[in-house]
Amino acid sequence: MNSPIADPMLPRPFRIQSVRKETTDTFTFELAHPEEGSQNGFEPGQFNMLYVFGVGEVAISISGDSAEPGKLIHTTRAVGTVTQAMARLKPGQVIGVRGPYGRGWPIDDMQGQDIVVVTGGIGLAPLRPLLYRVLANRGRFGRVVLLYGARTPNDILYKKELERWRGRFDMEVLITVDRSTGGWRGHVGVVTQLISGAPFDPYHATAFICGPEIMMKYSVDALTKRGLPSERVYVSMERNMKCAVGFCGHCQYGPKFVCKDGPVFPFTEVKRLLDIWEV
Amino acid sequence: MEHRAGIEWSAQTSYVARADFNALIDALLNHGYIVVGPTIRDGAIVFGEVQSDRDFPVGATDVQDGGKYRIGEHTAPTLFSFAASPHSLKTYLYPSRSLLYSAHGSSGNFAVDAPAPQTPARYAFIGVRSCDLHAMNLQDKVFLEGAYVDPGYKHRRENAFLIAVNCGKPAGTCFCVSMGTGPKAPPLFDLALTEICDDSGHYFVVECGSAQGSAILACVPHRPAEATELHAAQEVVRGAERAMGRKLDTTDIKELLYRNAESPRWEKVADRCLSCANCTMVCPTCFCSTVEDTTDLTGAHAERWRVWDSCFTIDFSHIHGGSVRKSGSSRYRHWITHKLASWQDQFGASGCVGCGRCVTWCPVGIDITEEIAILRQTETDHETLPEEQGNARD
Repeated sequence: MNSPIADPMLPRPFRIQSVRKETTDTFTFELAHPEEGSQNGFEPGQFNMLYVFGVGEVAISISGDSAEPGKLIHTTRAVGTVTQAMARLKPGQVIGVRGPYGRGWPIDDMQGQDIVVVTGGIGLAPLRPLLYRVLANRGRFGRVVLLYGARTPNDILYKKELERWRGRFDMEVLITVDRSTGGWRGHVGVVTQLISGAPFDPYHATAFICGPEIMMKYSVDALTKRGLPSERVYVSMERNMKCAVGFCGHCQYGPKFVCKDGPVFPFTEVKRLLDIWEV
Repeated sequence: MEHRAGIEWSAQTSYVARADFNALIDALLNHGYIVVGPTIRDGAIVFGEVQSDRDFPVGATDVQDGGKYRIGEHTAPTLFSFAASPHSLKTYLYPSRSLLYSAHGSSGNFAVDAPAPQTPARYAFIGVRSCDLHAMNLQDKVFLEGAYVDPGYKHRRENAFLIAVNCGKPAGTCFCVSMGTGPKAPPLFDLALTEICDDSGHYFVVECGSAQGSAILACVPHRPAEATELHAAQEVVRGAERAMGRKLDTTDIKELLYRNAESPRWEKVADRCLSCANCTMVCPTCFCSTVEDTTDLTGAHAERWRVWDSCFTIDFSHIHGGSVRKSGSSRYRHWITHKLASWQDQFGASGCVGCGRCVTWCPVGIDITEEIAILRQTETDHETLPEEQGNARD
């Protein structure tokens, strides 16, 4: 009899170390590996499947620092049954984890390039590990630009960190909100409007985008208008996902499985699909 | 896709008399297999457990067309004179419901209980058709040949004993010849039978595809088939090739579907499609599943089940903010494009094996072969249109 093969659908229980409330509907978990000292290595842009006991499982991108794999960090927006149940969990409680899964941002191939990050809302979460990696190896890249859009000033994610990054002399952080509320002195409008004036050399830049499909489509339009070829754009896609290992079929995006071929795609691989309705 | 050359016959074939057919079932039972073969249930010929030829649909046939399935009487007391049933190997190798795991505790602290090692259910299938062997081969690519392996599927698949039957009487909805998937069974079987029932007698020409196949055949009275018997078997298959009920032109089919993503035809299909998911349930290659989470009344015991799902349901593509594929037209387009086009990109082969089940079991008779023909025709019409206008101006 063959020895039984590991079931890829089985989660491992991780203890919640801390919970941080980011905005009214987003929160960040720091999870501890069940075996002391063990690490869960991951690449920026990858995701885990998180299981809430008796409720269900969801795909959540990893938003921590890949240089510190002992700390597993996830930022989640409470929008569905599982994520709302997740929002009620407290430090010390346990959550199931499978992963990491998928193809991440090819950041290590972009040495010498200007790095342009375009994102909105919780789309910043899967790009934060990329920014950590870039900033940890700052000398290897050209200019670094983060263009970020939020619905309102209260919906800005990782606010402290963004303020810190904005204070750096070797990084540009431009933020916009869809709707201004009390005291906001910054830009109002959609994130794509920030692209035309952002300080990067379009002929030596690579862009990384995560947000709603329509936002990514128009971001690429604005980037190509500045002369950045679409071959140097990477996007992170989202689809319903049940298994994360290519069995369940839910995450199909045309011929692509978002779980194993993505979630990060070279824009040219999905360009045809982004132009079609309801793929 | 090129039409593939016909599959060669084994160099050595055997003759088994109809009278000795039960010895084959007995041999399988004696080897500890649960024997599954064609039986009649609820007005259809479906797989079921069999003990002897008395459980078989002797002398029965099927009549199939778009949205139509009837059992009829064949002219001879044959065991296999019918085509694809609503069941396929998928029914057994990839069950419609299976427990992924259970867990106990509370949301504060819980432990996952992996399912107990399965008691090995060893199935022997009698009457597997060529289309279904090809379909099994495609599901192998999903569950066994990727970066991750489905351990339950692997277990069932490795323990299955497969007795193929080369089709002699295709249904009105069959088009395996178009897809290059039949009617002659590919060498994925342990044994393959061709049933002959004519003036010369009632017997089977048997091909052996594995050592296990030889071991079972050794328990059944048999002798080498004579040239005339082999010839008769080959004629059965050739007859089936000529009797295909439908055709599907696969020339550049991937490009055809990708080109037509915005075709107005999808709306026309959606006008008829009930989004009932029947086509995906009977399809022997459809592999999509969802998960169901349950707890008992105490809340201390949770289970997670995997169940078949269909891309025709509105929930299938749900992400925050709603479903991606809201319209019936986008869901039909997704299904047919996956089957015939994107499957090739994903797994290097067509996801359709030409069994015709989706045509037969569609309540409104939507026909995959007809939809492809219409897409082609629409393109041709558009191409010729400017020319005709030009001629008219002349």
